[in-house]
Amino acid sequence: MEATSDMLPLIVALPFLGALLPGIVIRAGRDTCTWFTLFPTALALLMLLLHAPGVMAGEVYHWRLDWLPGLGLDANFFLDGLGLLFAGLILGIGLLIILYARFYLSKNDPMGQFFTYLLLFQGAMVGIVLSDNILLLLIFWELTSLSSFLLIGYWNHLPEGRQGARMALAVTGMGGLAMIGGMLILGEIAGSYDISVILQHKDAIQASDWYLPALLLILLGCFTKSAQFPFHFWLPHAMAAPTPVSAYLHSATMVKAGLFLMARLWPVLSGTPEWFYIVATTGLITMVIAAVIALFKDDLKGLLAFSTVSHLGLITMLLGFGTEAAALVAVFHIINHASFKAALFMTAGIVDHEAHTRDIKRLGGLRHLMPVTFVIATITALSMAGIPPLNGFISKEMMLKETTYAAWAGNPWLVPALATFGALFSVAYSFRYIWHVFMGPVRDDYPARPHDPGFGMWAGPALLAAIVVGIGVAPFVVEPFVNVVAGAVTGAPQDTHLKLWHGVNAALFMSIAAILGGALLLASHRALEAGWLRAGPPAAKAIFDAIVGAATRAARGLTDGLHDGSLTRFSAIFVVTVTLAGAIAWSTGEIGAPSRATLPIAIVPLIATVLLVGATLCLVAFHRNRLLALVLIGVVGLTVAVGFAYFSAPDLAMTQLSVEVVTIILLLLALNFLPRETPRESSGARRLRDGVLAVAGGGAVAALAYAMMTRDFALPSISSYHLANSYKGGGGTNVVNVILVDFRGFDTYGEIIVLGIAALVIFALTQTVLRGAGGRFLESQGRPGGEAGDRHPLMMVVATRVMMPMALMVGVYIFLRGHNEPGGGFIAGLIVAIALLMQYMASGFAWAEARQRVPYHSTIALGVLIATATGIGAWFNGVPFLTSAHDYFTVPGIAELHLSTAVAFDVGVFLTVLGAVMLALWSLSRMARRTGEPVNVEPMDVNPAADAASSREG
Amino acid sequence: MSHWIIAPVLLPAIIAGLLVLSMRHHLGLQRVFSLGGAGVLVAIAMGLAAQAASGAVGVYELGGWPAPFGIVLVLDRLSALMVLLTTVLAVAVLLYAIGANWDARGAHFHALYHFQLMGILGAFLTGDLFNLFVFFEVLLIASYGLVIHAGGARRMRAGVQYVVYNLLGSTLFLFALGTLYGVTGTLNMADMAERVAAIPTEDTALLRVGAVLLLSVFAVKAAILPLHFWLPETYAAAPAPVAALFAIMTKVGAYAILRVDTLIFGPDVTATAGILSGLLLFTALITLAVGMIGILGADGLGRLAAFATVGSVGTLLAGLALFTPETTVAALYYTIHSTLAGALLFLVVDMVRERRGAAGDALVSAPPIAAGGMIAALWFGAAIATAGMPPLSGFVGKLLILDAVRGDDWMWLIWTVVLASSLLAILGLAQAGSQIFWKTTEPAQVAGDAPAEAPPPLALPAVAAFTLIGAIVGLTVFAAPVVAYLEATAGQLYDPSDYIAAVLGPEAPEIPPAPDGTGEGAPTASAAPQDEGGA
Repeated sequence: MEATSDMLPLIVALPFLGALLPGIVIRAGRDTCTWFTLFPTALALLMLLLHAPGVMAGEVYHWRLDWLPGLGLDANFFLDGLGLLFAGLILGIGLLIILYARFYLSKNDPMGQFFTYLLLFQGAMVGIVLSDNILLLLIFWELTSLSSFLLIGYWNHLPEGRQGARMALAVTGMGGLAMIGGMLILGEIAGSYDISVILQHKDAIQASDWYLPALLLILLGCFTKSAQFPFHFWLPHAMAAPTPVSAYLHSATMVKAGLFLMARLWPVLSGTPEWFYIVATTGLITMVIAAVIALFKDDLKGLLAFSTVSHLGLITMLLGFGTEAAALVAVFHIINHASFKAALFMTAGIVDHEAHTRDIKRLGGLRHLMPVTFVIATITALSMAGIPPLNGFISKEMMLKETTYAAWAGNPWLVPALATFGALFSVAYSFRYIWHVFMGPVRDDYPARPHDPGFGMWAGPALLAAIVVGIGVAPFVVEPFVNVVAGAVTGAPQDTHLKLWHGVNAALFMSIAAILGGALLLASHRALEAGWLRAGPPAAKAIFDAIVGAATRAARGLTDGLHDGSLTRFSAIFVVTVTLAGAIAWSTGEIGAPSRATLPIAIVPLIATVLLVGATLCLVAFHRNRLLALVLIGVVGLTVAVGFAYFSAPDLAMTQLSVEVVTIILLLLALNFLPRETPRESSGARRLRDGVLAVAGGGAVAALAYAMMTRDFALPSISSYHLANSYKGGGGTNVVNVILVDFRGFDTYGEIIVLGIAALVIFALTQTVLRGAGGRFLESQGRPGGEAGDRHPLMMVVATRVMMPMALMVGVYIFLRGHNEPGGGFIAGLIVAIALLMQYMASGFAWAEARQRVPYHSTIALGVLIATATGIGAWFNGVPFLTSAHDYFTVPGIAELHLSTAVAFDVGVFLTVLGAVMLALWSLSRMARRTGEPVNVEPMDVNPAADAASSREG
Repeated sequence: MSHWIIAPVLLPAIIAGLLVLSMRHHLGLQRVFSLGGAGVLVAIAMGLAAQAASGAVGVYELGGWPAPFGIVLVLDRLSALMVLLTTVLAVAVLLYAIGANWDARGAHFHALYHFQLMGILGAFLTGDLFNLFVFFEVLLIASYGLVIHAGGARRMRAGVQYVVYNLLGSTLFLFALGTLYGVTGTLNMADMAERVAAIPTEDTALLRVGAVLLLSVFAVKAAILPLHFWLPETYAAAPAPVAALFAIMTKVGAYAILRVDTLIFGPDVTATAGILSGLLLFTALITLAVGMIGILGADGLGRLAAFATVGSVGTLLAGLALFTPETTVAALYYTIHSTLAGALLFLVVDMVRERRGAAGDALVSAPPIAAGGMIAALWFGAAIATAGMPPLSGFVGKLLILDAVRGDDWMWLIWTVVLASSLLAILGLAQAGSQIFWKTTEPAQVAGDAPAEAPPPLALPAVAAFTLIGAIVGLTVFAAPVVAYLEATAGQLYDPSDYIAAVLGPEAPEIPPAPDGTGEGAPTASAAPQDEGGA
C-alpha cells in the first residue's frame, strides 16, 4: 500500500528550520530558548505520529522531488515501520533530552548554540531514517558526523572534548567516505538510488561481481558509525560531550544509524555467507570485547559507553544472522536498549551534576542521598543486565535463543558460548553500576553534597524507566509495533508473539548462567581489576593518536620537504619535466626529412653567432660581477638587433635597439641599489647539476628550432594573407606595422597594457618598499660611494639640451612614417623616452621633473584610454573593435598625407610606452633620493651662467 | 553588430584607465567606480551567458579581419560560464577587499584588480592562441602587482618566485606557439583544429612537441604537479583577497587545457593521440594527493588554503583527464564549486589572520578572536565546502566525478584517491579549525592603560563571505539546471564543428599563394608588396 504524504519533508525540515531559532532566542532567556527548541521537535513528532495509524495498517508513505535526476540524487522520502520506529526514537527521546539539557547545562554554557547544534543533528538524523534515496541518505549521514563533531566539541575548552570530536569525525568520516563508494556501486547494480527500488533487486545485487565491494564499503560506513570493533574506540572518547549529547547521540540515536542502515538494506544485502561472517562475527566480537572493557571502566559514562558498544554489537550480530526471527529480535532490542540506555546516561549525568564526579571509585552509598535517581538507575540497569520482568530480559532471552541456531563455520557452540560470555560481563557491569555507585556506605568525601535534582531533570529518565517496566511486564503492548517494524526490515509480514516467559529452554539456562556468573565477577572485581591493569590492554586512543600524529608529521614533512621555497630547485624540476615531456612527445611522433636546404655560412652571421655565443659564455663565467653581466647582456641584445636588420626586419631591429637602450639604462639605475657582486651560494655539485640541466634544456630548444627551421610549414601559412592585404586592407605598406596595429592590433593593445601595468607595479612596489623596512634600509645605507665628482657635467647638460628637440623630431618622424616604413608608436615612444631620459641623466631627475607638467600615471592611462577609444570608435561605423578606417588628406603647403585611424591607436601606444618608461624611471629616482641624493637647484653642478649672475649681483 | 562579447575585456581596461587617470588620489571614488564596474561586468556576463545558453557560438572579429587572419573572440557556453563565474567572484572579493581595507594598503589596488580581470576574461574569450599568450601576460603582470600589494618581506620573496616561475612558463608558451605555428601555419584555434586534423604524418613529431609544450604551459598555470611549485607560497603570502581572486587563476589553466584538448588536439585526432590524457590523469591524481596531504601538513591557515587550491585543481583535472562528456560535466561543476569555495576559504583565513595579531594564521594557540562565533561558523562552512562534505556543492561535485569515471579502467584508482584524500582534508581542516577556534589561550590581560586594538570592520567582509556561501548553496540547490547547462556545454565541446564553422565561416578560408622567395630562408617581415601601392 502506497500513499503520498506532503508532511514527510516537513518532518525532516522542521528541526533544520528550528535550528535557526535557539541561537537567537537565547537572548530572551534560557526557558524561552528551551521552548523554542521543544516546539519544532514536538511539532515534527506530532506530524510523525499522525502517520502512525497508517503505518501500523501497513501503509507506506512517499514523497518525492527531483533534485539532480541526472545523477540519481533526488529528495525522495518514505516512511514505513522502520522509519517510524527510528524517527519516533529520535524525536521522542529528543524531547526528553532537550528538557533534561535545560537543567543540565550551567549558566556559563552557551545554551543557544547547544540547542542549535542539537536540532541540526536531529534534522540530519530524521533525514537518514526517512530518506528514500541512498545518495540523499549519504548527505544526512555526513551531516550527523558534522553536527556531532560540534556537539562533542561543545566544551571546547577541554582537550578531551576537542580530541574526542576530531576522533569521532575522523572515524565516522572515513566510514562515510567509504560508504559513498559503496552506495554508488549499489545504485549502479540496482539501476536506481531509490531505496524502495533497490529493495526490489535482491537477486541482481547478490549475483553481481560488485556485491562484495559494495557490501564491504557500506559496512565500513555502518561499523564506524555504530562503533563496531575495531572502530569502537571513538565512542568512549566522544563521551567528553555534555551528558545530554552522550545520551542522545551516543546511545539512543546516532550510533544506531549504522544499525538502521544495515536493517534498511537487510533484505538485499543479508542472507549470504559474506554477510553472515562479516556482520555477525563483527557484532559478536564487539559485544564480547566491549562488555569486558566496560566492567573495568571507572568513569560512569565510560562504562555506559562501552556497554553501548557491546549492545550495538549484539544488535549487529542479530542482523548478521540473516534470519527473519533474529531481525525481529534486533528490532525489539533496539527499542529496549534505547529506553534503558538513554535513561542510564541521564542518571549518570545526574550523579555527575550533583556529586561533581563520575568516578565510580569516588562514589557509593548514593541510595540514601538520591533515592529517586537510585530507583530509576536500578530499574534501568537491571534491564540492561537482563533481569526479569524488565524489557531487557525479554530481548536478551530471545537473542540468546537465536544464537543457538547460528553455526559458525559448522561449529554450533561457538556463538552461543561467546554470547553467554558477553552477557555475563554485561550482567557484571550492570550490577556494578548499581552496587558501586548507589550501594555501600554513605561517604563523606564527595566533591559536592549529592541530592536528587529537580523534577525537570529526572522526569525524562523516570518516564523511560516506566516504559522499561511497562514493556517488560506487558510486552504484548508493543508486539504489533515490533511486528510491523520487523516486517519493514525483512520485507515479509511478521507475526511473533512477545512474552516474558519462554519456558525452560537453552536460553533460560544461558541467562541464569550469565546472571550468576556476572554476580560472581562483580564480587571478585577488585582482583580482576588488578589483573586487567597489569595486562595493560592496548589503549585505542594512543594508537589512534599515534597514527594521526604520524600522518600529520609525514604530511608536514612531505609538504615542507617538497615545497622548500628553493627557486632554483623549482626551476630545475620545471626544466627536467618540460624537456622530458617534449622528448617523449617527439619520440612518439614521426618526422620527415628536412624540406628546406640549409644556407651557406656567410661571414656576417658567423660573426654574430660567435658574438652571441661568446657573450653568453662570458656571462655565465662573469655573472657575479653585475655591471659586467649587464654589459654582456647588452652585447647579446645588440647582436640580436643586428640580426634583425640583417634579415630585413628593420622594425624589429629598431624596436630591439631602443628597448635595449631603455632597459639597460633602467637596469643600471637599479644596480645602484644592489651589491656589486652576486654572492656565491651554490655548491660545486649544485652548479654541475644546474649546468647539465641548462645544457640539456638549451640543447632541446636548439634542436627544436633547428628541426623547425629546416622544414617548411606543413600547411600553407596565413602570413601570405597579411602580405597580400597589408596595403589594400590595412592602409600601410609596412606589413610589420600593419600587423602590429591592425591585423593583430588587439595583441598590441594587450601588450601596451602589460607595459603600463608593469610601470604601475613598479611604482606601487617602490612606494611600499620605501614606506617599510626597505626605505629605512636605504636611508641607513646612504648614497653609494665612488661617484664622479661632477655629477651633472656642463658638457653633457648642454649636449642633451641640443639633442632634445632633435630627438623629439626623430620621434615624431618615426611615429608618422610607421605605417609605411619602419617605425610606429612603440618605437617612437621609446625614442622620446630616451630623449627625456637624457635630460634626467644630465641634470638629475628632480630638476627635470619639475620642468614638465604631465604626470606619468596620466600618460599611461591616457595611452590606454586613447587606444581603447580609437578601437571603440569603429563601433560607430558598425564594425568591430579596432577596425581601421583610412583616408588621404592634403595638408596645404606640405604634402598629401595618408591618415588612418590606426594612427590614433598608435598615439595610444606611444603614450603608454612613454609613460611606462618614465614612471619606472621616476620610481627608481625616488629610491635614489631616499638614499640622500640631493635635488638640484641648478641644471648643472658648475653653472657658468648662474655663477656669472651671482657675481654680478655680488 | 553586437559588441557585447568584447565588453568584458574593454570595460575593465577602461575602468582601470580611468582609475589611474583621474582618481588615483581618491580611494573613495576608486572604490565606487571599481565596485560599480565589477557589478556591470556581472550584468554583462549574465547577458552573455543567456546568449550562449541558446547554443549559438558568438564570434567577434577584431579589426574586421576574418579568421584565421585576424584575432577573434569566441563566446560559447564554456567561455560564457567562465566569464560569469569570474565576474561573480570578482564582486564578492572586491567587497571584501574594500571592507577589510586591503585596497588602502598599497597603491593602485583597484587598477591592478581590473587589469587582472581584463586578463582573465580575455583569456576565457579569445579564440586565438597568441592572443591567449597576450592575456596570460596581462594577468601575470597584474597578478604580480597584486601579490606584492601591501609589501612585506615574505610577500616580496613569494612574489619574485611567482613572477620568475611564470616567466619561465611564458617563455615556454612562446616556444610552444612557435612550434605550432611552424607546423600548422596558423594561430587561430579553430583554424588550427582543422589543420591539425589534416597534418601529414611526417610532421607529427613537431606537432606533438608543440602540443605537449603548450599543455605544460597550461599545467603551470593550473598548478599541476610537478609544475605547481609557484603556487603554495604565493597564495599563502599574497593578500587574502588577492589569493581569493586567484581561485579563478588556476582555472584559467584548466580551462585552456579543456579548450585546447577538445578543440584542437581532440580525442579523435590521430596525430596527437594518446599524449595528453594518459599523462594528465596520473599527474592530476598526484596533484590531488599532494594538495590534500598539504592540507593536513600545513602549519598555517594560509598554506592550508593554498594546498586546498592545489587539491581542488587535482580533483577537477582527475575528472577532466578522461575527456568524455560526462567527466567534463563533472569537472566543470567542480570547477565552479572549487572556485567559490577556494575564495571563501581565503577570505575566512584572512578574517582570522587579521584578528590574531602576532599569531597570524599559524596553527598555535592564541587568545580567542573577536567575533569568533561568526568567523568560526564561516570557517565551518568553508571547510565543509573545501573537503567536499555534504550538504554543500563540493559533495555533489565529487559524486558527479565519481559517477562519471565509472566504467573507466582506472575507476578504482580514481575513487580511492578522491575518497582517501577527502579524509586527509577532513582531518587537516578539523585539526586546524579546532586549533584556531577551540584551543584558545586565556585572553591577554591588558594592563589597563593600553586599549585593545580595535578589530578591523567585519560588516562588508561578512557580506562578501555570505555572498560566496550563498552562491555555493545556490549551486547545490539548483544543481539540476546547472548540470543541464554543463551537459550542453560538454556537448558543444565534444562536437566542435559548430565552433569551427562559426569562426571560420561556412567555407574554408582562402589563403593567397605565398609570394616568391619564401622557402629560401628569406625574411617575410617587411617585404611589403610595394607594387600594390598604386592600385
